[in-house]
Amino acid sequence: MSYIGILITYIFIQNFILVQFMGICPFIGVSKNSESAIGMGLAVTFVTTVASVVTYMVYHFLLVPFGLEYLETISFILVIAALVQLVEMVIRKMSPSLYKALGIFLPLITTNCAVLGIAILNVQNDYNLLESLFGGAAAGLGFTLAIVLMSNIREKLELIPVRKVFKGVPIAFISAGLMALAFMAFDSSLVTNLHLV
Amino acid sequence: MANMKELTKGIFKENPVFIILLGMCPTLGVTTQVFNAIGMGAGVIFVLLGSNIFISLLRKVIPDSVRIPAYIVIIASFVTIVQMVLEAYVPALYAALGVYIPLIVVNCIILGRAEAFANKNTIVDSALDAIGMGIGFTLSLMLIAAIREVFGAGTITLLNLSETNRIVITLPGISKSPIRVFTLAPGALLVMGYLKAYFNWNSERKANKGGNV
Repeated sequence: MSYIGILITYIFIQNFILVQFMGICPFIGVSKNSESAIGMGLAVTFVTTVASVVTYMVYHFLLVPFGLEYLETISFILVIAALVQLVEMVIRKMSPSLYKALGIFLPLITTNCAVLGIAILNVQNDYNLLESLFGGAAAGLGFTLAIVLMSNIREKLELIPVRKVFKGVPIAFISAGLMALAFMAFDSSLVTNLHLV
Repeated sequence: MANMKELTKGIFKENPVFIILLGMCPTLGVTTQVFNAIGMGAGVIFVLLGSNIFISLLRKVIPDSVRIPAYIVIIASFVTIVQMVLEAYVPALYAALGVYIPLIVVNCIILGRAEAFANKNTIVDSALDAIGMGIGFTLSLMLIAAIREVFGAGTITLLNLSETNRIVITLPGISKSPIRVFTLAPGALLVMGYLKAYFNWNSERKANKGGNV
């Protein structure tokens, strides 16, 4: 699949949150205002992109030569946990203002399904290094798109009278469901019709 | 009988899915068929039981500063066992659950119970806590899956190992013209939203009743 095809697939057709449900916890938890949603989205995009490249290298240069593919899950989660720590330390040193903006979200990303999810999907789809990079970036951008849209919806919802039992999480899920319904308009035939396969 | 409290609290009072809202990815991702929900629930119970017992055993050995990586390695080992066993013996379920099996590692319920319960309590209490939480998780998944499958396909799949080895209850009427959207992605989010609203309403009603007495 071409690189643009991968981007379109993971941002719209197979959107990580609205279609594959990866990263629903931060999606519901951190979408109350748009500023923190953008911060979370950028942090996740950064980590998924770097993690895709690093896990690709771990898988193809370390696990495959020694026939240790069954250690995929353990090694990937350790690499991701270490990577998140490293990213946190680097950002704190290099750019304190960015650290202030992303800081609280970074530790949460280790347990974000989206990061481990894209690493495993890259292996399952047999992507090469550059395709993995695009896959990771696209997964993160899809996450960012969904969480930013959601935060705008929830900011509007604050001003609208909602029945007490639906306040907060239930109405957030229902809005997400309606958004997912809209995203169903993006079908896999889109990529075929644009000749991006 | 004090131990029984550890077992039952996970099922209703501290239900991981509807009350604490943990482990959302598999909850929404695999609940297209009741059988998938049972399979995922069994996998989570096994991992939760194994990791809770192990972490409880090692709670005095693991240094506090590296406890989270240590927990993750223990959990990932059990998830790998589940992955290999399912691939070898139940390939149909392995294919249906797909990427959600390795994702059990990052299921917040498991790390959450390790951090909140197993590293402070005895082995027996931790095991009971794991079973209770696991059953609570499984029942919640089965509830969501049953709603989605009944409305979305008009069937209830209790066993689906191969073409010949399956138990499917087909409901007359609705199976002819099902509401297809329930089995698709939006259906999961809508069902979850309405169920959470129902549980909010239920707990509020109980709180009001308690206030009157």
